[in-house]
Amino acid sequence: MSFFFQELVNGLTTGALYALVALGFSMVYGVLKLLNFAHGDLYMVGAYIGFFVIQWFGGAQHLTIAVPLLLVMMFVLAAGLVGGLGVAIERFAYRPLRDAPRIAPLITAIGVSFFLESSALLLFGAQYRVYNTADFISLSSGIQIGSVTIDSVQILVLVLGVVLMAGLQLLVNRTRLGRQMRAVAADREAAEMLGINVNFVITATFFLGSALAGVAGIMGGLLFNQVTSTIGFIAGLKAFTAAVVGGIGSIPGAMLGGLVIGVAESFVTGYISSTYSNLIVFGILIVVMLIRPSGLLGRAQLQKV
Amino acid sequence: MSVDPQGPKVGADEWVARQAHRREYLPSWLGDAQRRAERIGWWPRLAIAGLAGLALPLLGLGGFQLQVGIDALVIALLAVGLNIVVGWAGLLDLGYVAFFGFGAYGYALLSSSQLGANGIHLPYWLSLPIVMIGAALLGLAVGLPSRRLLGDYLAIVTLFLGEAFVEFTNNVAPSKLGGPNGITGIDPIQAFGVQLLTNTSYFYLLVIVLVVTMAVLRLLEYSRTGRAWRAVREDPLAAAAMTIPVNRVKLSAFACAAMVAALAGTIFAAQQASVFPTDFDTPILILIYAGLILGGTGSIAGAATGALVVMVIYDGLLRSPAEASLLFYGLGLLTLLVKLRPWRRLAAVLGATIALGFAAHAIAAAISSSAVATGPQSSGWLGDGLRDWVIVPANPQTAGNVGFVVLVCLAITLVQVKGRWRTILLVPTIYLAAFVWETRLVVEPSITRQLMIGAILIVMMIARPQGLLGQRRVEVAT
Amino acid sequence: MSAVLELDRLSLSFGGLRALSDLDLQVGEREVVSVIGPNGAGKTTVFNVITGVYEPSAGDVRFSAQSGSAESIAGRPPHAIARLGVARTFQTLRLFMNMSVLENVMTATYGGTKAMPWESVLRLPRARREEREARALAEDALSFFGQRLAGYRWDQPAYSLSYANRRRLEIARALATKPKLLLLDEPAAGMNPAETHEVTELIGRLADERGVAILVIEHDMHVVSGCSDRVVALDHGVKIAEGSFDAVSNHPAVVEAYMGRHPEDLAGAE
Repeated sequence: MSFFFQELVNGLTTGALYALVALGFSMVYGVLKLLNFAHGDLYMVGAYIGFFVIQWFGGAQHLTIAVPLLLVMMFVLAAGLVGGLGVAIERFAYRPLRDAPRIAPLITAIGVSFFLESSALLLFGAQYRVYNTADFISLSSGIQIGSVTIDSVQILVLVLGVVLMAGLQLLVNRTRLGRQMRAVAADREAAEMLGINVNFVITATFFLGSALAGVAGIMGGLLFNQVTSTIGFIAGLKAFTAAVVGGIGSIPGAMLGGLVIGVAESFVTGYISSTYSNLIVFGILIVVMLIRPSGLLGRAQLQKV
Repeated sequence: MSVDPQGPKVGADEWVARQAHRREYLPSWLGDAQRRAERIGWWPRLAIAGLAGLALPLLGLGGFQLQVGIDALVIALLAVGLNIVVGWAGLLDLGYVAFFGFGAYGYALLSSSQLGANGIHLPYWLSLPIVMIGAALLGLAVGLPSRRLLGDYLAIVTLFLGEAFVEFTNNVAPSKLGGPNGITGIDPIQAFGVQLLTNTSYFYLLVIVLVVTMAVLRLLEYSRTGRAWRAVREDPLAAAAMTIPVNRVKLSAFACAAMVAALAGTIFAAQQASVFPTDFDTPILILIYAGLILGGTGSIAGAATGALVVMVIYDGLLRSPAEASLLFYGLGLLTLLVKLRPWRRLAAVLGATIALGFAAHAIAAAISSSAVATGPQSSGWLGDGLRDWVIVPANPQTAGNVGFVVLVCLAITLVQVKGRWRTILLVPTIYLAAFVWETRLVVEPSITRQLMIGAILIVMMIARPQGLLGQRRVEVAT
Repeated sequence: MSAVLELDRLSLSFGGLRALSDLDLQVGEREVVSVIGPNGAGKTTVFNVITGVYEPSAGDVRFSAQSGSAESIAGRPPHAIARLGVARTFQTLRLFMNMSVLENVMTATYGGTKAMPWESVLRLPRARREEREARALAEDALSFFGQRLAGYRWDQPAYSLSYANRRRLEIARALATKPKLLLLDEPAAGMNPAETHEVTELIGRLADERGVAILVIEHDMHVVSGCSDRVVALDHGVKIAEGSFDAVSNHPAVVEAYMGRHPEDLAGAE
């Protein structure tokens, strides 16, 4: 039984990570109706940034600054830089295609994704970069509930994840920018006619979504230790699944979807085998798509004839 | 209204309408070439291309070049098949490479020592139809989600199915499917008593198969099936109202495309004599798409041509740094020639870039000798010309990386500004591009070619979505 | 004269919104029936239900392809209904923009042909014959509009046509399905008086020469008065009047639906 709960905790932790990536993905889809294939690669860039920050401050074993300060720097830099990268991608690759048929920005997004992965390979090399989290965050200082251990990294991920998700919910539902985002997501032309600066809203959405992906990248690096140019692809696929399962365009849906995928993956890995975990995740997606295409919390889209 | 016997009237509806068939042609000599090519007619053009392809080995194409040609022809065949489902029916199938893999693995299982005690060694004329029918059924299965899913969702689901194929062949039933080590020892193709053992023979086979496939698809394009596919892409609702069974038509598009891919897969497997899961992963899919996009979605000739061009450059970049550099500088100059008009502007930009280069090189050499220690990778006349022009420091990697990032930023900025600023910014951008090429890109050709593919997809969709040979589409927002 | 189309207590609700309520309507052979009403009255919705885009919540739609063989078509998929002989045009013009004029019309012959892909590729006799016949049918449908969509226009892409020609092309495309019932959704929308007059004549000719029953949605009363045998008025999904043009246009409920109530009447009602 305790195995069950341990796997549950593990699943929720990775689920929080997937939820953050899925959130950014869902936000961008809501506002632009674009499936940003490059979103997973933003996660990868965030993970690399975290690694280089560690290296800058002496490396995992010989840190020159305090760990909390290091973490803050990593998260802030990742959020800022990856957010900026997202904004640049939007302006360069997606903005010219705002009114093009749906196929066009999709293919461009694939191109951007491929370009980002190859650039990372060029700039950072093919070898795996390792965070060595255990060297600077003592994993034994966690919480113990019964025989279930939640180590400090997992606590960090869970807490930060919840804080960010709550913050995003607040932003979207209680602030002016959030209202504008929802308006643009509902009907871009109408929003423009009502005086909303649509370009700014889209830029802000991209920044926030990409920043979340960057932060998730750091979390991924801390949790999974290894960083290479291809981690974005799988992360992106899982984020798609989470966003779609939860209901694309819906923020609570992305969160729920992320948790569902994380927990499902954890249980499959724990109880069956890790080789099938990806296949099972894909299976969940197919089943949801066929039974309830609008996702768990999404709304079916009406089309006027 | 009838034609005025006194002659055409400019501005009158009828006269204008009669000119409506005139298309926009490329400027100057390119346009003349286009017009002349059009007058030849599609079928003669196909025949000429086919004959040219068959003549290539006779003209001395051999060894490495032959393998490049074979790979290019396989991708061209795949692109032509993908065109059915993406270009005609308008369905974004991101799992297409799985059909290719299905064909390859199918043939590998049926015509090798893999299954059973000594293996089933079905002759090609038996295993090909079995594999193709199997692929058609698989295509129908994969197409089933297209009934309910809009374009974006279909793209994801098919992407996942493509990934699932790789995972499947990697992990499931390793004793039968070979796992990560794949299947080896596949029989060569045997037909009409002839065994195809040499690369040359496979080259000929592929040229013939490609030409025949293109011909078949051309006949389909203007048949009721082809019209139905294109109508479904244009407006599925209107198509249904005009008696077209949209779902069935979508499924038939998937099935046909799958069959073409499976055909390509069998030839690929036979030529390589082995198949591995990694042969059918996403990078190959992106290659096929890059070829289709570059050549022009919706056009058979475009799909084949684009794929051939992409593959020749893709593999060509892997040759010696000298040849790759020739390709790089050559293509760069060509792009400038075509895109930068008028001639004065082109001359100004080129002149300024050359001047900037020599000046920068001289300054850098004066400051520190290690800044220009390494020379360009090419030899001969190109290397001599470049040696005093491009800066290649002793430690090229870090400088090159920084240069790469700056170059990308410059490229993004270049697109945002207009007019005089754009022309001015072009000069340092070109020089920086040469710098990054010499320091990093030419040294890592396998990464460079991937960067190029990504760049092709991005630039084509933004600058010329109809590709080189495609027609501009008019989309009505619904 | 038997009914080609019969709507029997047709109702359609979208969640809580009742789009159509208990609608009865008949169209006889060679009859031209106009449907009028303010925007949002449910007119296009009726077309959508008839052509199978929506499934009715209650009631039935009956269509007889041949005299006396009425069958229910409610709930069938659109392409099956089209194959039985119901064709339509769209309020917002849904042409196959990137296909040529002739191809647009030939596409509509899909349901009447049977050649499989391999037959087309191998140029087997049946495929060749069907292609010939399809082309002849398309040319015939286009010739209905005289010189407007004449020979030199056939290979031009549909997007190069003027607006009026696009509307004509859409009707020609609908004709190529060999319909018994033609649903025209605002055929005169956006046309100048001369073109509007042409449309009115066209509708009459379609009924007489082609033997088609026609159901027309129109706002332009010149068209309605000029071509209709009967007029039906809808408002909020309910039929509020039916009869000749003069009877319906003067009907108080119709006047109120279009013009609103007279202020004096409003004051009196309170």
